[in-house]
Amino acid sequence: MHSFVYRANALLTFAVTILALMCAMASLSDNFNSPSPTAEVQVLNINWFQKKPDGDDEVSLTLNISANLQTLFTWNTKQVFVFLAAEYETPKNALNQVSLWDGIIPTKEHAQFWIHTTNKYRFIDQGSNLRGKGFNLTLHWHVMPKTGKMFADKLAMTGFRLPETYR
Amino acid sequence: MDSIKSLQVRRTLHQALSLGMIIVSALIIWKGLMCITGTESPVVVVLSESMEPGFRRGDILFLHMSRDPIRAGEIVVYNVDGRDIPIVHRVIKVHERRDTGEVDILTKGDNNDDDDISLYAGQPWLQRHHIMGRAVGFLPYVGWATIIMTEKPFIKYILIGVLGLLCITSKD
Repeated sequence: MHSFVYRANALLTFAVTILALMCAMASLSDNFNSPSPTAEVQVLNINWFQKKPDGDDEVSLTLNISANLQTLFTWNTKQVFVFLAAEYETPKNALNQVSLWDGIIPTKEHAQFWIHTTNKYRFIDQGSNLRGKGFNLTLHWHVMPKTGKMFADKLAMTGFRLPETYR
Repeated sequence: MDSIKSLQVRRTLHQALSLGMIIVSALIIWKGLMCITGTESPVVVVLSESMEPGFRRGDILFLHMSRDPIRAGEIVVYNVDGRDIPIVHRVIKVHERRDTGEVDILTKGDNNDDDDISLYAGQPWLQRHHIMGRAVGFLPYVGWATIIMTEKPFIKYILIGVLGLLCITSKD
């Protein structure tokens, strides 16, 4: 009952249990954080807007994205993954979400940022529905913890519209 | 003489029963987890660096699958038709049909330059039935034991041998 093997086993089990408990508490502490992020997006320019040979519309935009996501960070946050998606509907599709840009925010200091960029990923429709299309630009963020539960939320900015004709 | 022999038989049966109970309890917990989380494998180990720095090799992910629609940004685990290795990447494009509710999905690893289209074995989009679950939580480093045992199987056999030996020779 008091051999080395029994003691080592008891110690190991106890250590693992405590570790698991600490990870769970760290994750629970994230629930007490009430974040208040802000964001703003402007479409500076429609670079080009064409119908591809396979029939799908494609558009290239230059965007200005500014945001302050510092309140999302807790001591249990490893990084925040942020991306901007264009969201719109078409006669065939109830919802289309196309990610235009994404980035990784490693620390709280980097969480207040301003970026001027063309779309990182191609904005392609399933079909030819984009002329004159109104769309939202939604900033999504995923908080990835050091341990435990991941949180995600978003901020939708409405009122954007693509041109009526190709250019 | 007879009483000693029956004592040994009884002890062996007792040990076999204890071992059986342990195995069955583990199985019950595993299957129970499968029911609660709605996925076939409620826990997966991250095998590649395609989601760094968020998920490193050796981290484990807790999965959950619900009827909620798949939306952009979610980290999903999927299996391409005919392949056995689950891939953990983020959804970057979603096209949801108005009439059927079916979705076309495109994924990409955070640390990759290209999206996953080259992994889809010829099809241009993923469908909902390819998705095994969404990642909802994560623990670092815990998965290294699984990686070591998969990549160096002799360690697995040594471990099972030692455990079996301990079970048989222990007094209870």
